[in-house]
Amino acid sequence: MGAAWSTVRVTRGMHAAPVRWNWQPWLLLAPSLLFLFAFTYWPLIQVLQRSFVDQAFGGAASWGVGNYTRLFADSHFSRASWNNLVYAAATIVPSVILALAFALRLRETTLFTMTLRTLVVLPLLIPLVAAAALFTFVFLPGEGLLDWYLAPLGLRAVNWLGSPTLALGAVAAITVWKNTGYYMLFFLAGLAGVPAELLDAARIDGAGALSRFRHVTLPMLGPTFGFVLPMALANALVQVDQVVTVTQGGPSDSTNLLLYYIYQQAEQNHDAGLAAAATVISVAALLSLTVASLRSMERGIHYES
Amino acid sequence: MNRKTAQVSSGLLAAVAAAIWAVPFAWMAVASLRPGVPPDIAALWPHGELGLGNYVDAWQSGDFPTWYINTVLVCAGILAVQLVTITMAGYAFARMRFRGRDTLFVLFLVQLLLVPTLLIAPNLTTIVTLGLYDRLAGIMAPYFASAFGVFLMRQAFRAIPRDFEEAAMLDGAGLFALIRHVLIPLARPSLVAFAIVSVTFHWNEFLWPLMAVSSPNKQVLTVGLASFASGSEAGGEWGVLAAGTVLVAGPLLLLFLLFQRRFVSSFMFSGLKG
Repeated sequence: MGAAWSTVRVTRGMHAAPVRWNWQPWLLLAPSLLFLFAFTYWPLIQVLQRSFVDQAFGGAASWGVGNYTRLFADSHFSRASWNNLVYAAATIVPSVILALAFALRLRETTLFTMTLRTLVVLPLLIPLVAAAALFTFVFLPGEGLLDWYLAPLGLRAVNWLGSPTLALGAVAAITVWKNTGYYMLFFLAGLAGVPAELLDAARIDGAGALSRFRHVTLPMLGPTFGFVLPMALANALVQVDQVVTVTQGGPSDSTNLLLYYIYQQAEQNHDAGLAAAATVISVAALLSLTVASLRSMERGIHYES
Repeated sequence: MNRKTAQVSSGLLAAVAAAIWAVPFAWMAVASLRPGVPPDIAALWPHGELGLGNYVDAWQSGDFPTWYINTVLVCAGILAVQLVTITMAGYAFARMRFRGRDTLFVLFLVQLLLVPTLLIAPNLTTIVTLGLYDRLAGIMAPYFASAFGVFLMRQAFRAIPRDFEEAAMLDGAGLFALIRHVLIPLARPSLVAFAIVSVTFHWNEFLWPLMAVSSPNKQVLTVGLASFASGSEAGGEWGVLAAGTVLVAGPLLLLFLLFQRRFVSSFMFSGLKG
């Protein structure tokens, strides 16, 4: 055991270096590492490996790209990929813009703004399936909330969730409703970090409200966008509960999303190869989009400042 | 337009938008209290016959006691294990120097993006192999390690002056006694923040619990609500659906309204990620 002794330097040089067992950090990290390995790293390795195993009916397994060939030939998968891109744009853009708008107007702390903040944050607390249940009534043709109250405007008996052209937008609306308040909290925190002197200085220099927002506030919110955008991207891939419960990917595949496709292959069709290949593609897409969004934002901030 | 009118009109706009945001909740509360199938079921103001009949119907057509127990067990089980794993790992990253620490830290980072929900297909295979399929432990297992929690605790421990630890060490306290009796009490706000985020997430989670169990007596609230909702929608029983949704979402909404400040600051934490 003597070999395990090691001196560990304390970062604050003033103090004498205490002597610690070298295995201690590993003992402390072991539980986390065990579960991270089992449910994050191992699944990644496993899913990559499984996606390259071709399993013929009753035949022997062999290495190959058969799963990917089948995946790319499957029109449901290409539809789900396209839908997911649309869903990402239709959820991220409105929820981030609305969150920022709410935060800008509600940044001061008064009874009025705090009440409004609470109303906008509430959907964060309820399950997405509960939101979906409420929205099936919002979108119910005829007696539902939208039709009932928009009837005077001439909208009548629109089958929001049953129409191939409208359903994806309706599904996205549920997500926007649920996430806006969450993202607003981060923008509120980000805005609290914008120094008032900077805004005052800009005002004295004659900058209008729009120009102050564009040249002072927005660049200062860079770090906030830096974690809201990756989170929103991941959410666009992961938040599919309302598709599972309400639309089941339909009508005619118009709300089929990648994770729903994966769920169907794994759970209903028991096609592990196809599920693995679709997971690999989804993870790769998420990682590259996240890196790309962070890169382009970094450039944007750099340019602004 | 001068500053004052701009302020008032933007406030009005925000109020209207927030009111629209609240409409589904208002409808849920009102419809759940109006028994039967009133023709103006879309009403946002309680009128006509009021009562708790919808709640009785909802309670009887779903297995709410089982769903509540399972959900509480899943949330508590996940949180209990997480609190241990994140405290230990958080301390190691905050206070210890060892070979490979920075690489390891990046490996932890991976989990922030690759949330277990994305890995449902391979994780299903894993829990089947481990014999955890159709058990509550199978729902919990993928979440026992939390990169977010580790970062939160690392930050919390770093903010504590070393003098506390050095004093305790001089008194002869061992590592685990030190963590338990000195550091954990000082890091309590971070642990509470983590607990709030964790419980909210797992109370509301749906897809993984749907896949990980198959027996009706292992279902959690969200999975129960999904099957319950499709039944009452098919029957046009919107009041019962609203009552069932209140039963599922109510506990967290109530806690939020009671401890709003705590919740909000915890969720703000959840974006800091380290």
